[in-house]
Amino acid sequence: MSSVRLYTEFFKGFWKDNPAFRQLLGMCPLLAVTTSVLNGISMGIAMTFVLVCTSIVVSLIRKIVPNQVRIATFTIIIATFVTIADLFLKARFPPISKALGPYIPLIVVNCIILGRQEAFAKKNPLGRSFLDALGMGFGFTLALLLLGAIRESLGSGSILDIQILGTWFEPWVIMILPAGAFITLGFLIALMNLIDERLKKAA
Amino acid sequence: MNIILIFIAATIVNNIVLTYFLGICPFLGVSSKIESAIGMGLAATFVMTLAATVTWLIYHYILVRFNVPFLEYVSFILVIAALVQIVEMFIRKTSPELYRALGIYLPLITTNCAILGLTLFMVLREYNFLESVVFGFGSGVGFTLVLLIMAGIREELEFADVPEAFKGAPITLIISGLLALAFMGFSGIISTS
Repeated sequence: MSSVRLYTEFFKGFWKDNPAFRQLLGMCPLLAVTTSVLNGISMGIAMTFVLVCTSIVVSLIRKIVPNQVRIATFTIIIATFVTIADLFLKARFPPISKALGPYIPLIVVNCIILGRQEAFAKKNPLGRSFLDALGMGFGFTLALLLLGAIRESLGSGSILDIQILGTWFEPWVIMILPAGAFITLGFLIALMNLIDERLKKAA
Repeated sequence: MNIILIFIAATIVNNIVLTYFLGICPFLGVSSKIESAIGMGLAATFVMTLAATVTWLIYHYILVRFNVPFLEYVSFILVIAALVQIVEMFIRKTSPELYRALGIYLPLITTNCAILGLTLFMVLREYNFLESVVFGFGSGVGFTLVLLIMAGIREELEFADVPEAFKGAPITLIISGLLALAFMGFSGIISTS
């Protein structure tokens, strides 16, 4: 396989197959924790960690797992890494762990992770599975970051707790409420569709 | 009294889809037809109630007793997966029509965050046995309710003139946002965390 192919394996997660915007997977952490940039990034890192570790293990054992029990096997591997991530956050970063609450354990049922195992890691060698997982993880982190930045700046007038909008700015409380999450994401996906359409016309 | 409050809170005030964003995948995927929304809602309600019951027992009588609460996630997900399998076999036997309608979404209940989510909330909020069962059932009813409302709106939406870029997911998300706003109106009924 050529290096060009490896390159696409990594970068497809950013735009073309972005897990959050394109495949509409992993919606619950995406909408729930993006009230601030910090929460978004922490979630993204935790997700990427679990996704990459799981993909490595699944890719390594892909030939010895019987097909009938693969989903259960994958789920247990995922749950193990999520437990590790959760305990680590609880021990090292208690405030973040508290802010993310049950959404860290909920990574277990995140469709992105199981989806990547089914669609990719179970039939690809280690290197490519690793790049695929890393790309998807970063793509998802990017989505979390973007949504977090929009919601935090409009909802509290700050980014990473640093005030960026002056005192004249009246925070839009709706942005940090659940309703704001849905609406922002809806507009972001529409924007992406629009850009894609323009690109297609230009090409 | 407390039981009624938990039920109402789980159903409308802190609706599992609109305030905790759990179960968004089936919410976006299945909710385009009223019949499949009802089927999905019922299946999920059934699994949720069962899951809340079984996981409560496992958490308190096995995990806490043997001092291994770190196995919480692994054991909960296994219990849920087994339950979904049972429900799937049951539906396939009793109603092949419903089975076809639910299609891929039935096995997906396993990875439905709503179910694992509610069992996690149940542990976090330290509900007792009865409260947990009611909480599970109430969440299921709330999930069905929102799925149904959404399906109704989307059936109408087919005749609407939506801008090209907003077709599909974007418009659904924006409608969900408006629904979430509408449901906020209920938040004054009771004050729960």
